[in-house]
Amino acid sequence: MITPRKRMRRPPSTLGAFVTKELHHILRDRQTLAILLLMPLVQVLLFGYALRTDIRDLRVAVVDPTPDVATQRLRTRLAATARFRLVTVSPTTKVLPELFQRRTADVAIVLPTSFASTLGRGDTAQVLLVTDASDPNTGTTMQVYVRSVLADFERELEGARPRAGAPIIGIASRMRFNPTLESANLFVPGLIALVLTLVSALMTAISLSREKELGTLEVLLVSPLRPWQIIVGKVVPYLVLGFAITCLVLTAARIAFHVPLRGSVTLLLAESVLFTIVSLSLGVLVAARTSSQRAAMLGALVGTMMPTALLSGMIFPITSMPGWLQPVTRIVPARWFIVIARGIMLKGIGIEYLWRETAVLAGMALLLLVAATRSFHAHLD
Amino acid sequence: MRILRFLLRKEYLQIFRDRFMVAQMLLLPVIQLAILANAATFEVKGARLVVVDEDRTTSSRGLIDRFVASRRFQLAPAPVSTRGADEAMLRRQAGAILRIPIAFERDLVRTRAAQVQLVLNAEDGAAAGVMLGYAQRIVADYADELGATLPGASLAMATVRAGQPTLDVRTRGWYNPELDYRFYMVPGILVQLVTMVGTFLTALNIVREKELGTLEQLNVTPITRGQFIAAKLIPLWSLGLLGLAIGLAVARFAFHVPIRGSVLLVFGTASVYLLAALSVGLLVSTMVETQQQAMFVTFFIVLVYLLMSGLFTPVRSMPTWAQWIAQANPTMHYMEIMRGIMLRGAGLREIAHHLAVLAVCAVAVFTLSVRQYAKRAV
Repeated sequence: MITPRKRMRRPPSTLGAFVTKELHHILRDRQTLAILLLMPLVQVLLFGYALRTDIRDLRVAVVDPTPDVATQRLRTRLAATARFRLVTVSPTTKVLPELFQRRTADVAIVLPTSFASTLGRGDTAQVLLVTDASDPNTGTTMQVYVRSVLADFERELEGARPRAGAPIIGIASRMRFNPTLESANLFVPGLIALVLTLVSALMTAISLSREKELGTLEVLLVSPLRPWQIIVGKVVPYLVLGFAITCLVLTAARIAFHVPLRGSVTLLLAESVLFTIVSLSLGVLVAARTSSQRAAMLGALVGTMMPTALLSGMIFPITSMPGWLQPVTRIVPARWFIVIARGIMLKGIGIEYLWRETAVLAGMALLLLVAATRSFHAHLD
Repeated sequence: MRILRFLLRKEYLQIFRDRFMVAQMLLLPVIQLAILANAATFEVKGARLVVVDEDRTTSSRGLIDRFVASRRFQLAPAPVSTRGADEAMLRRQAGAILRIPIAFERDLVRTRAAQVQLVLNAEDGAAAGVMLGYAQRIVADYADELGATLPGASLAMATVRAGQPTLDVRTRGWYNPELDYRFYMVPGILVQLVTMVGTFLTALNIVREKELGTLEQLNVTPITRGQFIAAKLIPLWSLGLLGLAIGLAVARFAFHVPIRGSVLLVFGTASVYLLAALSVGLLVSTMVETQQQAMFVTFFIVLVYLLMSGLFTPVRSMPTWAQWIAQANPTMHYMEIMRGIMLRGAGLREIAHHLAVLAVCAVAVFTLSVRQYAKRAV
């Protein structure tokens, strides 16, 4: 006890000793450390391989009250389409509620009576397309798929001529920056933000409030350490950890999914350090304002994790949000960081395009650092 | 019984003494629903569109008007050149660039076919795909409209229409005809809520006693393990149901999300699911020493459970190996049950299969965690 005290007289090494102590704390807790390293890797795996939105297997039910040549042809056509699987053919619509409730069919095509003769006369046959729209996105996509098959069928009908009536306007579309809409390219920047928030904001909040709860913070207070030194000592190890995890996620994503990194790596890493500082300050603020570890955890979850996951544009595009919610996203640090990370990784742009977002982050960092140090002060008194 | 009553009283007192926690517990569902229900959508409104109109004719202007009138797009201040449009996209001032080439109208009249170019900013992923869908629709509608007004169109129309067999395809989306994304998300959010409350609070609550040393004290009292576990789980179980009730009320009255099935069934299935969630929390508490560890382990587990449950992306789109994993995930089954009851008005018969799996999961995890707990405490 005496030797460290003697060493603490000189301020620079005081801080050094404190940082070392914190690092030991982190490294000693193998379980947390393992999870911190494992979690991003599992997420990369899940987001990259398992979480997709494309529909590869569409289960179709056909309601065919009067089977004839034409309905037979349509059915064969449906069955031959790669994406479709014909699950049942029934004469009445009565079976449909049961099929949808049991989730054995996704789409039902209800054909009219005397389909062949109607078409043979050159009349219009009415077809009803019923989809399970409980998930609107999937529902709409399924409608598009079935409609395109029906349109092909219509074109092949006997006596059909090219539709000269309406002109055709084609769209040559290009998905810029991510031509194949590869999901890995989109989520990796968001994932970095999420993991950095987790490591910095959540960990700092918990570790500080833990010292508070266990009373060891009081001990630190009477030590020759100044408040800012305590904060720096708490924050620096997590900064290092966050940096390491960012590199880990980037490497994993590059090896497994060949995620592009078109811009400067140095800039990306520098920006993530800036973002980490913002999150760390938020964590300190949360810890200073709450009384128990549990409260700090919940506070950090609600105050930092939730906005990062939902309001940053990571999963759900900000442009899709209602008008009143879009301005709210401006106070979420991750929103700016994701713009920066996507810009560097996907667009390959540099600071000349991203200075505005960087300035916002820097401003937030400054503001939060001051607020955190202050509220920490207040707690000391 | 008497001991259990005292213990329960202590637990309830402890939970409700922490005002901050209670406030967060009750506010959480409301905030989450308010934000998630509105933010969790892939619909695109008012995407910024930069138009490079090289044709400058009635037809090209008509097309631009249709884009604006759809309200899906809004015109960004127009740069004249393709270079300027490119720059706008790099600066995130444009979500899409529509280029109408010279001779757009001339081609339409002469060859009855023309092409426009659409560049989408795919940085936002999902939004780009959705925007392309809108654009295709707008352009196709416009082409149909032009059929009647373009010079020489009516004649061609008349000759073709007669005697051509056609299909008139009507579509109907069951259970959610207006395709309101919130109806789909809200049951999922409620599931998430119940999961978080169940696992997090249980794990933290027990580990806290461990950390403070009060668990040791309890272990040397005549309280049996069964009593201890019951006293821990029952209050949190009721808290989970309370959170669900608040969430349901908010969903029903503030967001007008339908609850088509029986409310009783919603709570009945929630009780079963909560048993599984609480047991996971209990299991975690036996594995860790500090609240910090409990937090991270639970967070990790809950995250994987939720991602693999079909909350954001459909289970059926997953690769086969992931679908097998999902089958063993109680959260996935509960998600199916909640969406079934709330959206499709499913009854006990329709959800029986999922409920059975859920019940087996719940009993299994519960048994495992109780055994594990007994082992650790000895």
